[in-house]
Amino acid sequence: MAMLTIKDLEVYYGVINAVKGISFEVNQGEIIALIGANGAGKTTILHTITGLIQAKSGSIEFEGKELTKTPAHKIVSLGMAHVPEGRRIFQQLTVYDNLKMGAYTRKDKKEIADTLEMVYKRFPRLLERKNQIAGTLSGGEQQMLAMGRALMSHPSIILMDEPSMGLSPLYVSEIFDIIKEINKSGTTVLLVEQNAKKALSIANRAYVLETGKIVLSGDANELMNDDSVKKAYLGE
Amino acid sequence: MSFLNHLINGFSLGSVYAIIALGYTMVYGIAKMLNFAHGDVIMVGAFAVFISMTSMGASALLSLIIAMAVCTALGVLIEKVAYRPLRNASSSLAVLITAIGVSYLLQNLALLIFGADSKSFTSIVNLKAVKLFDGQVSISGTAIVTITACIVIMVGLTLFVNKTKAGQAMKAVSEDKGAAQLMGINVNATISLTFAIGSALAAVAGALMCSAYPNLTPYSGTMPGIKAFVAAVFGGIGSIPGAMIGGLLIGIIENIGKAYISSQMADAIVFAILVVVLLIKPTGILGKNIQEKV
Ligand SMILES: Nc1ncnc2c1ncn2[C@@H]1O[C@H](COP(=O)(O)OP(=O)(O)O)[C@@H](O)[C@H]1O
Ligand SMILES: [Mg+2]
Repeated sequence: MAMLTIKDLEVYYGVINAVKGISFEVNQGEIIALIGANGAGKTTILHTITGLIQAKSGSIEFEGKELTKTPAHKIVSLGMAHVPEGRRIFQQLTVYDNLKMGAYTRKDKKEIADTLEMVYKRFPRLLERKNQIAGTLSGGEQQMLAMGRALMSHPSIILMDEPSMGLSPLYVSEIFDIIKEINKSGTTVLLVEQNAKKALSIANRAYVLETGKIVLSGDANELMNDDSVKKAYLGE
Repeated sequence: MSFLNHLINGFSLGSVYAIIALGYTMVYGIAKMLNFAHGDVIMVGAFAVFISMTSMGASALLSLIIAMAVCTALGVLIEKVAYRPLRNASSSLAVLITAIGVSYLLQNLALLIFGADSKSFTSIVNLKAVKLFDGQVSISGTAIVTITACIVIMVGLTLFVNKTKAGQAMKAVSEDKGAAQLMGINVNATISLTFAIGSALAAVAGALMCSAYPNLTPYSGTMPGIKAFVAAVFGGIGSIPGAMIGGLLIGIIENIGKAYISSQMADAIVFAILVVVLLIKPTGILGKNIQEKV
């Protein structure tokens, strides 16, 4: 059975129907890419999964638990972390305090310290800057902090919303390498991207979204060679 | 020497403003709203002390504890019933108008229950004045307790916000409610806690204020509420040390102004200084230059 199963999801903003009956699933250990143009509904889907927006109808089942009926603040402790669009780190807090915030629901001090060490190992720059105010970090460093903060909850799945947005090409490659590593170490990844080329290059499977509907889905390699995908999303 | 006396009285009054301003500033910082009913919660607190002491014969300390409990419950209730349903309202004006409505509601309820005539409040402080310089300078027991309370509250609150998990949650909610929820923070509970703390402090402020100025009416909270709001803006709204500095400055300016310039003009001077400060530094003395999300 899939780890995360989304069925017939409908989401509205007032009268605007942003997500129109979407179904997909994410299996344990996969990297799943959700690609699509600006405004396709990618962020809305992630926000609905982690409870920041209420679904109108449909179901979101995560490891046997129905998330549409779970309040947003109870979701992280189920093992699901969300790196939101635009990073949304706590700008006025230090890097260290941001990371600690990621472990807010965890109790065991020793385990938290171990995870912190693991995060610092993965992002040495965060260790160098641990006492710096987060708002003064560069865009790429802020993205790393947002990812590190999510890892602090020791999630079994991470949802990432456009981690490459606004970053220089060098940082983009680094961020995608890190996503691959995070996945190798056992964390399932649901990756939302406009950068379809990069996303497809690391994903196992992908879903293509257009104005609130899934129009294509399949193996990431196959999609990369699909003519319509090439034309619409890979600029070839 | 009389200058010193005025200064000390200013400090004492300023401490009351500071304690009230903390409630304004915390609620603003965390819930991003101006709780204009906060001044009236002070009045309710003072009445709770008055009733407990005068009608029920409770001790000063017990009366204060009762008042804090009453105000905490009231603050949490107001938030839940009046403000929470509007939290995601598109217009922040709706919340502001609701707050003004709650303010009038509390005043009129008090008017209905207690009447308009002024009650003579018995001081909760039973401490002898300290005389210095052969009796030329006198610090009243109420002033000593008020200033001490202000310092203790200030230190306690700073420690609470910086050292406890609930305090960290407040910081997170104040910056980004959505991101805070993703961390597992219960935003509603955090905002309730903020109202609870602010309202409990309002009870303390009400009791101390009426101990120094013992006439209590249903309108007693209005002017101190407005001045404490000014103090919070003056110090930088959202900033805890800012509320303290703003409160003390306003209390001192008001008292010195009353003594040396004109007792009728004292309030005008306070507001004029606010205007000047805001022209020079729109975010207040300790305010951070963050853009407010609308
Ligand atoms: N807060 C909102 N209020 C109204 N409409 C919104 C809001 N957020 C997004 N939308 C609309 O919903 C659709 C999907 O948006 P979004 O999920 O942000 O897309 P994506 O992340 O794929 O760029 C868009 O048409 C967008 O205009
Ligand atoms: Mg988006």
